[in-house]
Amino acid sequence: MPLKILVTAKRVEDPESKIKVKPDGSGIVTEGVNYKVNPFDEIAVEEALRLKEKHGGEVVVASIGGDKSVTEIRAALAMGADRGVLVRHEGALDPVVVSAILAKLCEAEKPDLVILGKQSIDDDQNQAGQYLAARLGRPQATFASKKESLESEVETRKEPGLKLSADGKSLAVVREVDGGIETIEVRLPAVVTTDLRLNKPRFASLPGIMKAKKKPVQELAAASLGVDLVPKVVVKKLAEPPARKGGVKVADVEELWKKLHEEAKVL
Amino acid sequence: MSNVLIVAEQHAGALRKATLHAVAAGRALAARTGGKLHLALLGAGVKALGAELAKHGAEVHVAEAPVLEKPLAEAHAPVIAALAKAAGVAYVGAAATAYGKDVLPRAAALLEAGMATEVLGFGGEGAAVTFRRPMWAGNVLAEVEIATAVKAFTVRPTEFPASAPDGAGVVHDAPVAVDAGALQTKHVSFEEVKSARPELTEARVVVSGGRGTKGDFKPVEALADAIGAAVGATRAAVDAGWVPNDCQVGQTGKIVAPELYVAAGISGAIQHLAGMKGSKVIVAINKDAEAPVFQIADYGLVGDLFKVLPELGEKVRSR
Repeated sequence: MPLKILVTAKRVEDPESKIKVKPDGSGIVTEGVNYKVNPFDEIAVEEALRLKEKHGGEVVVASIGGDKSVTEIRAALAMGADRGVLVRHEGALDPVVVSAILAKLCEAEKPDLVILGKQSIDDDQNQAGQYLAARLGRPQATFASKKESLESEVETRKEPGLKLSADGKSLAVVREVDGGIETIEVRLPAVVTTDLRLNKPRFASLPGIMKAKKKPVQELAAASLGVDLVPKVVVKKLAEPPARKGGVKVADVEELWKKLHEEAKVL
Repeated sequence: MSNVLIVAEQHAGALRKATLHAVAAGRALAARTGGKLHLALLGAGVKALGAELAKHGAEVHVAEAPVLEKPLAEAHAPVIAALAKAAGVAYVGAAATAYGKDVLPRAAALLEAGMATEVLGFGGEGAAVTFRRPMWAGNVLAEVEIATAVKAFTVRPTEFPASAPDGAGVVHDAPVAVDAGALQTKHVSFEEVKSARPELTEARVVVSGGRGTKGDFKPVEALADAIGAAVGATRAAVDAGWVPNDCQVGQTGKIVAPELYVAAGISGAIQHLAGMKGSKVIVAINKDAEAPVFQIADYGLVGDLFKVLPELGEKVRSR
């Protein structure tokens, strides 16, 4: 059964960047920082592609932001997504606003499945997917993973971790939860959020990058969607956490034991 | 409106330890807002746990129904939202466990509440309470305001010492208006990873292994057992299938703050540090003297974990 899948590709700071807070706490320093697709969204795009490769259908990638977010949409298109939607919006977002925008997109696109990263590595809020599911009145399956490891044959064969039922109406999702692995089944349409071990996203091939330039990217103004764009979760101030004071190197276990037993008294 | 509702969590007939930290957080918040603390417990066959919660001196609402037996967000969220409305609360929170992170945002959406995830502390008072939370893998601390009438949050359990039973609260039966037949979510199975070792997020000592173990966690486990510690791991170790996902310490795994964290064969990626830099004492053991983990360690030993961990275990056993 072919699936129409909507995925997100949020533009975020490269997770390997050193993030520094501006002296006045009004934001982070962005000079010299690289940007890329939120790693959890890459996993979402990858999963959507695997489902499409197995069952047929279409993968639509959405991003909310300014001009520069087109880069992230093209990156997803280069991986193999079919078309993109850029919702133009300058200024702060929060999960309330993001989910409202995505819900509007869902009204127009009517996807069978929405796959988002479980959290974006900038705000680490881990809410948008759950909010979206509630707004749509549809079931959610968060922290989607799979039982087989990322070194397994199943992964090498690029099998989807999300399993579509024979009648194409529901999806079995393995979830990483506290204390173990839970499996649930959700009836489509549903919202899934991805966790680290759902898959290893593919690198875009050169032909993929070339094809991506010609794939359609629709642009919508967020203001034209008729949703409240005022963030409800507002960052007033940023600060860097207190630094740990530097430590010492010890020469051997004898010295380490002395430190832990006599000095720090933790063992 | 200044009342606070904390959603408790239970599993296999017991309250999750994280809940007691969330109760403490709820109490701290209610002290700032000038409101009353309410607790909610959802499940099937959980009345006895309701009584246990009441010992923490709050109004406890037990929502008891077969449809709530499994922690399905689709069933739990509307019950939490209805309870919040009935109790007239302005704040709805839970511990930032897998359950809290899954269910609370959905409940928040139903309440049209903005939400702060993984709160470390509160600021302000009355109607102007702020929430402190980590961003960018904990490299930034943000002071956040929520501009909706009802405000939701999850708390990082390690930042709030567990509530001790010290009072006598009241237990109410809460109505459950969820149509089991209309649910679009079905629980299929739960494969539990049972361990005799202490819970990672509650342990006094954590011994953690990374890529340097090359897949052999025996030295890590042996040292943990000599100490009575929990076993942790990096993402790399879990991705490779060397240890269960439940062991992962990091930005998107478990956040721990033990008295002692021993990082063996762990290079110290930003995302891993995010999960353990709140530890009181950090020991790093790595063959590579330049490994970033040494920058955060209180005591660093450049060496082979396969030799160092057993030697350290010997010291522990013969003290």
